[in-house]
Amino acid sequence: MTDSKYFTTTKKGEIFELKAELNSDKKEKKKEAVKKVIASMTVGKDVSALFPDVVNCMQTDNLELKKLVYLYLMNYAKSQPDMAIMAVNTFVKDCEDPNPLIRALAVRTMGCIRVDKITEYLCEPLRKCLKDEDPYVRKTAAVCVAKLHDINAQLVEDQGFLDTLKDLISDSNPMVVANAVAALSEIAESHPNSNLLDLNPQTINKLLTALNECTEWGQIFILDCLANYTPRDDRESQSICERVTPRLSHANSAVVLSAVKVLMKFMEMLPKDLDYYGTLLKKLAPPLVTLLSAEPELQYVALRNINLIVQRRPEILKHEMKVFFVKYNDPIYVKLEKLDIMIRLASQANIAQVLAELKEYATEVDVDFVRKAVRAIGRCAIKVEQSAERCVSTLLDLIQTKVNYVVQEAIVVIKDIFRKYPNKYESVIATLCENLDSLDEPEARAAMIWIVGEYAERIDNADELLESFLEGFHDESTQVQLQLLTAIVKLFLKKPTETQELVQQVLSLATQDSDNPDLRDRGYIYWRLLSTDPVAAKEVVLAEKPLISEETDLIEPTLLEELICHIGTLASVYHKPPSAFVEGSRGVQHKRLPGSAGSGESVDSPDTVSAAGVSEAPPAVIPSQGDLLGDLLNLDLTPPTTSGPPPVPSSGMQMGAMDLLGGGLDSLMGDESEPPPIPLRTDTPQSPQLSHQSPSPPDYSPTELGGDLGGSPAMGAAFGAPPAVMPASFSAPVSGGLDDLFDLGGGVGMPMGAYSPPKTIWLPAMKAKGLEISGTFARRAGVIQMEMTLTNKAMSVMTDFAIQFNRNSFGLAPAGPLQVLTPLSPNQTIEVALPLSTVGPVMKMEPLSNLQVAVKNNIDVFYFSCQYPISMLFVEDGKMERQVFLATWKDIPNDNEAQFQIKDCHLNSDAASNKLQGSNVFTIAKRTVEGQDMLYQSMKLTNGIWVLAELRVQAGNPNYTISLKCRAPEVSQCVFQSYEAILKN
Amino acid sequence: MIHSLFLVNASGDIFLEKHWKSVVSRSVCDYFFEAQERATEPENVPPVIPTPHHYLISVLRHRIYFVAVIQSEVPPLFVIEFLHRVVDTFQDYFGVCTEAAIKDNVVVVYELLEEMLDNGFPLATESNILKELIKPPTILRTMVNTITGSTNVGEQLPTGQLSVVPWRRTGVKYTNNEAYFDVVEEIDAIIDKSGSTITAEIQGVIDACVKLTGMPDLTLSFMNPRLLDDVSFHPCVRFKRWEAERILSFIPPDGNFRLLSYHVSSQNLVAIPVYVKHNITFREGSSQGRFDLTLGPKQTMGKAVESVLVSSQLPRGVLNANLNPSQGTYTFDPVTKMLSWDVGKINPQKLPSLKGTMSLQAGASKPDENPSINIQFKIQQMAISGLKVNRLDMYGEKYKPFKGIKYMTKAGKFQVRT
Repeated sequence: MTDSKYFTTTKKGEIFELKAELNSDKKEKKKEAVKKVIASMTVGKDVSALFPDVVNCMQTDNLELKKLVYLYLMNYAKSQPDMAIMAVNTFVKDCEDPNPLIRALAVRTMGCIRVDKITEYLCEPLRKCLKDEDPYVRKTAAVCVAKLHDINAQLVEDQGFLDTLKDLISDSNPMVVANAVAALSEIAESHPNSNLLDLNPQTINKLLTALNECTEWGQIFILDCLANYTPRDDRESQSICERVTPRLSHANSAVVLSAVKVLMKFMEMLPKDLDYYGTLLKKLAPPLVTLLSAEPELQYVALRNINLIVQRRPEILKHEMKVFFVKYNDPIYVKLEKLDIMIRLASQANIAQVLAELKEYATEVDVDFVRKAVRAIGRCAIKVEQSAERCVSTLLDLIQTKVNYVVQEAIVVIKDIFRKYPNKYESVIATLCENLDSLDEPEARAAMIWIVGEYAERIDNADELLESFLEGFHDESTQVQLQLLTAIVKLFLKKPTETQELVQQVLSLATQDSDNPDLRDRGYIYWRLLSTDPVAAKEVVLAEKPLISEETDLIEPTLLEELICHIGTLASVYHKPPSAFVEGSRGVQHKRLPGSAGSGESVDSPDTVSAAGVSEAPPAVIPSQGDLLGDLLNLDLTPPTTSGPPPVPSSGMQMGAMDLLGGGLDSLMGDESEPPPIPLRTDTPQSPQLSHQSPSPPDYSPTELGGDLGGSPAMGAAFGAPPAVMPASFSAPVSGGLDDLFDLGGGVGMPMGAYSPPKTIWLPAMKAKGLEISGTFARRAGVIQMEMTLTNKAMSVMTDFAIQFNRNSFGLAPAGPLQVLTPLSPNQTIEVALPLSTVGPVMKMEPLSNLQVAVKNNIDVFYFSCQYPISMLFVEDGKMERQVFLATWKDIPNDNEAQFQIKDCHLNSDAASNKLQGSNVFTIAKRTVEGQDMLYQSMKLTNGIWVLAELRVQAGNPNYTISLKCRAPEVSQCVFQSYEAILKN
Repeated sequence: MIHSLFLVNASGDIFLEKHWKSVVSRSVCDYFFEAQERATEPENVPPVIPTPHHYLISVLRHRIYFVAVIQSEVPPLFVIEFLHRVVDTFQDYFGVCTEAAIKDNVVVVYELLEEMLDNGFPLATESNILKELIKPPTILRTMVNTITGSTNVGEQLPTGQLSVVPWRRTGVKYTNNEAYFDVVEEIDAIIDKSGSTITAEIQGVIDACVKLTGMPDLTLSFMNPRLLDDVSFHPCVRFKRWEAERILSFIPPDGNFRLLSYHVSSQNLVAIPVYVKHNITFREGSSQGRFDLTLGPKQTMGKAVESVLVSSQLPRGVLNANLNPSQGTYTFDPVTKMLSWDVGKINPQKLPSLKGTMSLQAGASKPDENPSINIQFKIQQMAISGLKVNRLDMYGEKYKPFKGIKYMTKAGKFQVRT
């Protein structure tokens, strides 16, 4: 007699049969029939046709039958809303039942029926249940508010349920408190600014009391809620920590991790010299270690979180290396995470153990794991200098195994070791070269080519080796092609006599036969460098490389701080801020760690240096390998600079390289009237054929390499010139000589500058890998300018800025490239003014003044959109003749007239007129009728559209009325907004 | 919160779905199936899988994937813990947690799931409370229900639900009052080639079976409580008392429950109860490999090592193994290359050994990897950490209960590298 019998009735007419049974007089038969219906429902069969018959069974004293019918109702009510109404009466009646179980069941089920008509009837019973004498009913009702809010948020607010819910936080029963918190948290997620969970010391105290008494799930809700609170001072912070610490011994791992989150956050506020601070640090380790003995799924989530914790506070787990050792039957996802943490914890004290383990892993079966283990050995070498030698010999041992993927990974990491410890381990190059033929992965090939190029002078047959790669040049991936190009140029600079032919061959392959703009650009640049000034070329290409950093793959400090506030959540598993991926969260607030309590002591105290080592001496993050355009300095494969405080981008070489792209090119183009923008790094096939535009003077003397190229001497000179000089001459952010003239001429006659709105943040750093852009628009001397402040909030230097606009309503387009001449180092801010033209492609946007912008740097391309005030587009010759004005006013149909109110403006008509004139709104006539001043004004947009206005100003009345007439009435709204902005500023 | 639950069997069929909010189409599981296909082993399916609109969090238990669907930011551990609770409840109710058992009891399963979660919020997950709400099916009850037409759904609000001791129901009565505690320790270790310990740690639990009348208040004290510096308690344990006096004081739930689990970390010295002498070699150019394994006891305080099972994943190149065990039986699966040797009890006078040859594919090169050896064993009457219960006292009730304490040590993940 099992339920599986319910599954067996699959013959035809089943529904019909069930219908008969449901309407049977016998209770037992009815119940059996409902069970059959439920069974069909669970396996996904459609039994909605039985709706009326099942609902008929609802009025019963039998609780099981009632529950079963409720189950059915919840599933199908949505598809049969009219029928569902039939059930309402029973629900309302059940909400009055003397048995609290039935009251709770009724209100709970009603909330699950997502039908608007039912929710109307739900309000009254719900209100009663929220104040029910039985806490079981109250706690069920609390959750019901969240359900109702999900269906009809407005209704919940109108009925005042939110306030009732807030009152429940002070309920005497801890379970009710926990559920109220859970419900409020869920509602708050969809209303980030509603301030529903208004936490103050009193509520916190209530929550902490409830924390000790409620169920494990309730504890999770309360702890997560506590984590959003910011204590007033370190005393309060400590007292909360003390009351939360016992949760670390809970059997439920989710409770433990939520408690860890609260402690990690509030710890920030404790002074580091406090005894309690040290005690707390010690208490955090054991529970984290215990999480690792749980089931693999729990382990995985725990490990992802530990990864964050270790980055923030490495001292917590520094003695626990062994628990991260990999067991051979761990699931692969656990193995990879453990490995990552092992490297983060590696230090001089434990490196021997770690290396022995890694070597063991490198002989395992799983390819992904083995690769990561080999890579980890290299990372250890870079991180712990004392171990470098052993790491290298371990890697050599592994290369001897000749296992293909092991060899390739080893070569990739050895390249980094060479970078970190120059002139130390080059003796192994011979061994590496033996394995040249077995390399088939681009990354390994590129690494090997880099090594050959870098040490060309020590490898006798470097030219032969590189030549062998050259044969299949076009079949190689971009990474390898770029690397090969650079390596051969290096080789040429080191051994110029024997390799001329080779270098010519690679340059022509790169420039003439390739479709890849990156490759062509680099090819041309090298070509010109070599052709004009080989000495400079040597300085650029063979420049001393900056050191690579010790730590890799670190999360940016700002992101890390946010993630620490989200320990235990999905965000912590994905290491992304919640706003980046959680769909349901509409505008999540960014959480921040609270500042430390003692004023500034975090910097002074020597203790913190190690504690907050991660955030204070930011090591660079190795950028993804794909960023090839980023750096011409043959550093493609290796991280850019920085160790210690971000250096002023003084390394002359780097500036030079920048200049080749930015200043140099632009300066040339600047001589002509309109410099074309540097293409964004998309596939726009734009090659340096710019040179054809510039006049080719006769005194061009071809050098042996550049002869057949047809580049202009000016261009060549620009490239060849000592790089350090360039930035100085182009430091003025405004480009184009023409604009400067305007600036001088126009600046004099203007009594008042055109209105320019204050800068707003267009691109938050969070969305752009650390690049923050704020900006505004201004019209200066007849030129529209986009004025931007770029701030680098990331840890690595940003270079290669470029900008592009999407098509927009008025054809705005950059009139020149983005003039960021020097690399933007971390925490540096730069002001840039970008002149705009209005001859770009036009597409009507919604709203009209919307502008979509793409900004590129060496890291990525970022997109944002902003709105410009339309007054930017009012041209200087927008003053109409009086006659023409009158005629035009009459000519434009009245339908096109739009009237607006400008409120709270305390200017008199003359002041207003003056102010508007500054922004090219010209007053043509003024009339005074019955104490009311009427100003007739005209303005013209860059695209030739005239807008006529009548502004009525009444003395003593701060409200102006404005009527706008225009043949293109769409612009009226924008014009009105500009009016308002101009007049009020 | 938790939106829906899908149960997927080993062959990739969804055999049960439950939705706590609106219905989520089962096609969302396609993302899970994709991940399942990519994973080489069933247990390698990642526990958290993102899809365009949902997140799938899954656990694999008893060869069934429990796939929870969530839509907003929910702590994944919360979901995983809840899924574990579902599995435990099924096991508790039906004895086993298999597809057949779930299908046989689908209505009870549905009632349970409905009771455990409301709108995605956990409602009642304590087995005591659930059992009062929904009676577990027994053959007798099913028959009685059929005859009398009574139901297996409780009519009354469970008493424990809102009391200060939600884990215990009132009105418990037994004729024989008894309380048993099992101290079970699992030793996780990695032993390297040369026999030295790379890492070893102990996961211990104290499981209890308490059948006492009324509202007993128990205290349990240890001879050496200092060992327990990393513990997780059942909610019934009074934490303050433990902090202050290192005494476990609690009102126990009725029946079986886990009183505490503890972890003796790798920083303490952990005794290793067995040793392995091994010699597994392959020669270059030969199609034969040598296999030689001997087990022996070590640091067992005179207790016998029993139920020993040795298993090892041999390299892919091994075609067959021709071995000779001094005791017990061995099997070699030529498909999975899994060698397992059921040793039984280790006799310290005559150490068990397994010797012989492995045949390799002719002409194949020597395998790169060294097989790891996994060992399972049990030692009765001993807790390897040395933990000992001092005394158990009962307050609050008048009768004299029968008390018992048992110790056992087992191998957890005990691995020997070769």
